[in-house]
Amino acid sequence: MSSKTPHPPGNVTTGPRGHARRRFLAGAGAIAAAGLALLAPVWSGIRVVLDPLRRAGRDPSLVPVARLAALPADGVPRKFRVQADRVDAWNTQRNMPVGAVYLRRTDDSLQAFNVICPHAGCFVNLAPDQSRFVCPCHKSSFDLEGAVDDPSSPSPRDMDTLEVEIRDGDHVWVRFQNFLPGRADKTPVA
Amino acid sequence: MNSLLRWLDDRTGYRAMLRKALVEPIPGGAKWRYVWGSALTFAIAVQFVTGVILWAAYSPNAQGAWESVYYIENVMAGGWMLRGIHHYMAHATMILLVLHLMQVVVAGAYQAPREVNFWFGIVLLHIVLGLSLTGYLLPWDQKGYWATKVATSIASITPVVGPAMQKVLVGGADYGHLTLTRFFALHAGVLPGALIALIAGHVYLFRRHGVTAGQPRDSGHGAKPAGVEGDGRDGPDAHPPRPRDGWFWPDQALRDAVACLAVMAAVLYLVIRTGGAPLGAPADAAEPYAAARPEWYFMFLFQWLKYFPAGTEIIGAIVIPGLVVTLIALMPFAGRWRLGHRFNLGLTGGVLSGVALLTWLAYAQDRADPDFVFAQTNAEADAARAVELASAGGGIPANGALALLRTDPLTQGPRLFAERCASCHTYDGHDGTGRPLSEPQTAADLKRFASREWLEGLLDPERVATPEYFGGTEFARSRMVRMVQSRIAGFTHEQQEDLAKVIKAVSAQAALPYQAEADEADQAEIMEGTALVSSASAGCTECHEFQGVVERPLGPTLTGFGSNEWLTAFIRDASHPRFYGDRNDRMPAFGPEEILTDEEIRLLVDWLREDWQAGGEGSGPR
Repeated sequence: MSSKTPHPPGNVTTGPRGHARRRFLAGAGAIAAAGLALLAPVWSGIRVVLDPLRRAGRDPSLVPVARLAALPADGVPRKFRVQADRVDAWNTQRNMPVGAVYLRRTDDSLQAFNVICPHAGCFVNLAPDQSRFVCPCHKSSFDLEGAVDDPSSPSPRDMDTLEVEIRDGDHVWVRFQNFLPGRADKTPVA
Repeated sequence: MNSLLRWLDDRTGYRAMLRKALVEPIPGGAKWRYVWGSALTFAIAVQFVTGVILWAAYSPNAQGAWESVYYIENVMAGGWMLRGIHHYMAHATMILLVLHLMQVVVAGAYQAPREVNFWFGIVLLHIVLGLSLTGYLLPWDQKGYWATKVATSIASITPVVGPAMQKVLVGGADYGHLTLTRFFALHAGVLPGALIALIAGHVYLFRRHGVTAGQPRDSGHGAKPAGVEGDGRDGPDAHPPRPRDGWFWPDQALRDAVACLAVMAAVLYLVIRTGGAPLGAPADAAEPYAAARPEWYFMFLFQWLKYFPAGTEIIGAIVIPGLVVTLIALMPFAGRWRLGHRFNLGLTGGVLSGVALLTWLAYAQDRADPDFVFAQTNAEADAARAVELASAGGGIPANGALALLRTDPLTQGPRLFAERCASCHTYDGHDGTGRPLSEPQTAADLKRFASREWLEGLLDPERVATPEYFGGTEFARSRMVRMVQSRIAGFTHEQQEDLAKVIKAVSAQAALPYQAEADEADQAEIMEGTALVSSASAGCTECHEFQGVVERPLGPTLTGFGSNEWLTAFIRDASHPRFYGDRNDRMPAFGPEEILTDEEIRLLVDWLREDWQAGGEGSGPR
């Protein structure tokens, strides 16, 4: 093969061994130079692509969601929008709807659920007869306490409860967080 | 001209290149069944052209994506057709690709030496699926948003790297600007680039192996010896084909072109029949979307996931699909085995019928699900309303179309009513959104409250004590109900005429936008009626204040009855002395107790008074 390859002009007089070494060095040099030339764009490119990993998610502090008066103690969950400050890349948005929660009050308890289905991230509905939660996508279903109520339900865990607090007597505050769907453990999206 | 072309040929050798591209011998002659590859290439080429033009008008950011697609679709001349072609040609590409692969399997054309080209085809299928998935999100409408959330959620269950992968793909913890910029970079840059490279490789290998898909092993004639670099002289001219053989140009090219035309005609038919690609309401993280479904060729996967209970999701979403694709990729090797080809045919048939069955099940279940049908109807109404609002104001404000929907009484009124009012009241017999109520409600039906028809019903002895009005409340035994049932029931013809004037007068107090014409036309009767209401003879002011006159205020004031100010104050606090005072029956003080915000009360009042932005004039030529 090498005998057929045309010799570079300067190589005509060198011996076969010197020729091979020269070819090896030239090849290695070419690869090294090209690699070096690509290093900066590739490195900075990877950094930009992976930059979101360095960003923290939304600050999960407590936000006011509703007044207790809007929440009869009848055990029927009611849906509320959650408004919070949000940073979306280059925009800061004050008091934006960032999601929604179901609040459920009985005589002695107050629960808050994220509306997002722990299975695949759809928006869970309250069934029309208000007896349970049903996800309109893959039919995960939950009882009003948020617990999976059907063994064939695809949801790997109960609905995600959120920390809820009553301040000043009748303001309902919720620590609004999203959790990674599709896993048995409740891991916050961060 | 000729000399110019000769000069160009001398410098570029284009004639030899063209000849090499077109004068491809086709052993056995041109055939209709060879058109699929060309039709597919054509479909992809159309996607590139339409895609780049759409790109020139599209803005990938969370406050501009829906808006720019709306603009392309509804304002720009030809936009709906261009976007429609891009949308339906994506469907056509998917169908053609599957047909092409099926044909290859049936013909056994995956066998040596074509293994690599077969794999190229499988990778192409995945790239096209990726293009579809990323393209689905770009309009940033509710459907794309929620369906893509499911897709990225599935990505996140990949072991170990899943969550990080999802965050890189989505561009952060939540969907936002960077989700769009990243999906767009994939859709318009990375994936098309990979597609071009693969198609180039695919066509090169195809030319190298020849087109005789039927007899891959002894096809010798069409296949060029490996490594021969054409320089124009060793082209097909050097080895003239057998008499039965045909040439690519023009025999096969004609068939290919007719196939491309047929594909385009089918796509155009769909575009025109459906009025173009759908565009839902703008994406909203806080607004439920129960009609979230992927594009039809992903519906089998969607359905498939329903069968994997908790903990086995990863098997359904990743492991089994991965195994199936691996089995398909191994077909060239299975094909060497004596029964291998039959096995491959069986596998293809099995996978395709499974996919068809799941797709059918998915659609059948949705059709049979009243909640889904309801959600879809609502989604379509929201989508139409979003477009109406966007075109009404002569342009969308810079904070986006979502703000238009969030402040629109027609959109928000029914939802607020269903959530906050429908536990007692009805609206035209339903909960405001059109859903029938499961149990009979107690308080009045508020459809067209304070209109003439509504008041006629209230003052009808037959109807006042039904649940439509006061029947379910404590007022069922009130003086008002007794008055209507005893006095009005015995009205003479003349008194009936006066009653009609009183109704017109009280209803005119509301200044309802939808009644403005009638109010204008009946000014004289309204004047008479107004005088009657104030007069002692009518008896209204025994209990109701009207223009400062009242004996003993027991019922709500009739001054401004049903007007914006009146209704706002009433919803805020029906126990106010102006209204029911301490005789109020269960109507919460929505304002002072902050059950509803001022904005929510405004939306409800405007919706009940049907005081909303009418449809716009600004929509483009459709």
